[in-house]
Amino acid sequence: MKIVVCVKQVPDTKGGVKFKPDGTLDRGAMLAIMNPDDKAGLEAALKIKKENPGTEVTVVTMGLPKADDVLREALAMGADKAVLVTDRVLGGADTWATSQTLAGAIRNLEYDLVITGRQAIDGDTAQVGPQISERLDLPLVSYAEEIKIEGDSVVVKRQFEDRYHMLKVKMPCLITALAELGEDMYMTPGGIFDAYQTEVTVCGRKDLKDVTDDNLGLNGSPTKIAKASDRVAKGAGEKVVPDSPKEAVDYIVGKLAEKHVI
Amino acid sequence: MDFQLSKEHAMARSLFKDFAEKEVKPRAIEVDETEEFPRDTVEKMAKYGFLGIPVPKEYGGQGCDPLTYAMCVEELSKVCGTTGVIVSAHTSLCVDPIMTFGTEEQKQKWLVPLAKGEKLGAFGLTEPGAGTDAQGMQTKAVLDGDEWVLNGSKCFITNGKEADVYVIFAVSGKVEKRGKMMKEISAYVVEKGTPGFTFGTKENKMGIRGSSTYELIFQDCRIPKDNLLGQRGKGFNIAMHTLDGGRIGIAAQALGIAEGALERTVEYVKERKQFGKAIGQFQNTQFQLADMATKTKAAQLLVYQAAMKKGEYQKDPKVSYGMEAAMAKLYAAEVAMEVTTKAVQYHGGYGYIREYEVERMMRDAKITEIYEGTSEVQRMVISAGLLK
Repeated sequence: MKIVVCVKQVPDTKGGVKFKPDGTLDRGAMLAIMNPDDKAGLEAALKIKKENPGTEVTVVTMGLPKADDVLREALAMGADKAVLVTDRVLGGADTWATSQTLAGAIRNLEYDLVITGRQAIDGDTAQVGPQISERLDLPLVSYAEEIKIEGDSVVVKRQFEDRYHMLKVKMPCLITALAELGEDMYMTPGGIFDAYQTEVTVCGRKDLKDVTDDNLGLNGSPTKIAKASDRVAKGAGEKVVPDSPKEAVDYIVGKLAEKHVI
Repeated sequence: MDFQLSKEHAMARSLFKDFAEKEVKPRAIEVDETEEFPRDTVEKMAKYGFLGIPVPKEYGGQGCDPLTYAMCVEELSKVCGTTGVIVSAHTSLCVDPIMTFGTEEQKQKWLVPLAKGEKLGAFGLTEPGAGTDAQGMQTKAVLDGDEWVLNGSKCFITNGKEADVYVIFAVSGKVEKRGKMMKEISAYVVEKGTPGFTFGTKENKMGIRGSSTYELIFQDCRIPKDNLLGQRGKGFNIAMHTLDGGRIGIAAQALGIAEGALERTVEYVKERKQFGKAIGQFQNTQFQLADMATKTKAAQLLVYQAAMKKGEYQKDPKVSYGMEAAMAKLYAAEVAMEVTTKAVQYHGGYGYIREYEVERMMRDAKITEIYEGTSEVQRMVISAGLLK
């Protein structure tokens, strides 16, 4: 069985988010980590590998050359192969162009199952996984919190707002992973040293299969960011201690009327 | 000279840090309070290869260098001194001598499960009347047919009751050296469960309280002849070699404790306000922090240097690292004691309260000046190297 896992290197928001003067994210000033949902997807793939000997896990990422770090981490955790898609012309991609790019890279690989994280903590769109499934014409199950291989199918517990769905999907298919899908898994010290001895396949624009230039990079991205800004901090508000419930109600109604809410 | 960690080492450090923060730190207060050996943490460490870091892969280890191992002990000790010493005693004091002096058969039998973390190791040299002075040793080993018969006791043994494999030193006879009759010391491997091998008192310690420190008792304990480790009569050399490496482990533990206390203090002085400003804004606090950080960094450089020198020794046995290991252990232990004491001071009354953890770090730090050779012994080793 062959599993492809898409991972993204994202800024670690734990230490605080830093912005450039123009309002865009200052990625250089923040530590980079593997996107948590993607890590959960990788952990699920590695668990399947452990339970199904002979399974091969390939990780794919698109990014700057330094995204190599996140692939080494995946290899050190137990992934078998890694593919880095990097090219200047791919920069500035939105979800449309990113999914085109990743699909173009995945078309070169053999797979029974493609796993992506639900969403990345930098963009929070939750669009790339489903879009890849469209491009590759694969059935999609999003929001997976448990998966189990049964013959040539995957049984997925899909999280829903007030319930969950149990779905059985025939492979090949694509699954987007929630954090709950993973079990905390660590690299091994020896795995780290081996990971740096493993060859990472580096792909550029020319290696992408069945993709047109007008769907790639900034030019191929329909999303245009007009302005980015930090969240405006809420003020401390006004504290009022009314003497009676009636006074409280009158005060609130007065304020709502003043702001034209009612 | 390059003070930059390689990418591999930097990633290994982030692994150890991540593991320590998620798996070890949340239990540190409880382990100290209850003196409970953190068996579940040890099992997790085994799963991820932390118990065989410097062991070649063909023996079930991770095939990494001593620097990677030292960083592991450092990061674990930053949040829990107990967990740091469990790994250090297992790796430096049991795994290392079997890896260095064991026969191929012994390596297959003990090194492989130890490196995989299926078994835990311990080391028994110290006795009530013999610690640093090995000639005071009373435990005896007598060859009887195909078996060695051990009688005596060992004290203050880390991983005491929790270990499965013990490297034990005993007097196996007498030899003449420079016209004087001296005790002949040999090293042995003893497995838990061997008839005649039992445990005595559990020590109630000031610090590293979860680390299971026990007395080991041997009463007509018969072990196979093949459990002799290295050559007969070479036990003292094996012990000294082992302690040279062990000192790097304890130095890394001391370093981690100092770093942990420093981190806590930096966080605290930024938040704690007195006389209308954070205490970190007072020049006295700033100067003290600067000294604590500088000494901790110097300790780190000494520890890493000693670990790298041991790495060189593994490639070329002519390289010696004993003096560097002694310097690292001496300095890091004294820095740990100084930094943790100041950390308590800068936490004020809260520093004396258990939930703030710096008092535990201060209690944990003290032992690093004592075990695997006191600071005085390290000074003897260093000066002997200078004056030879």
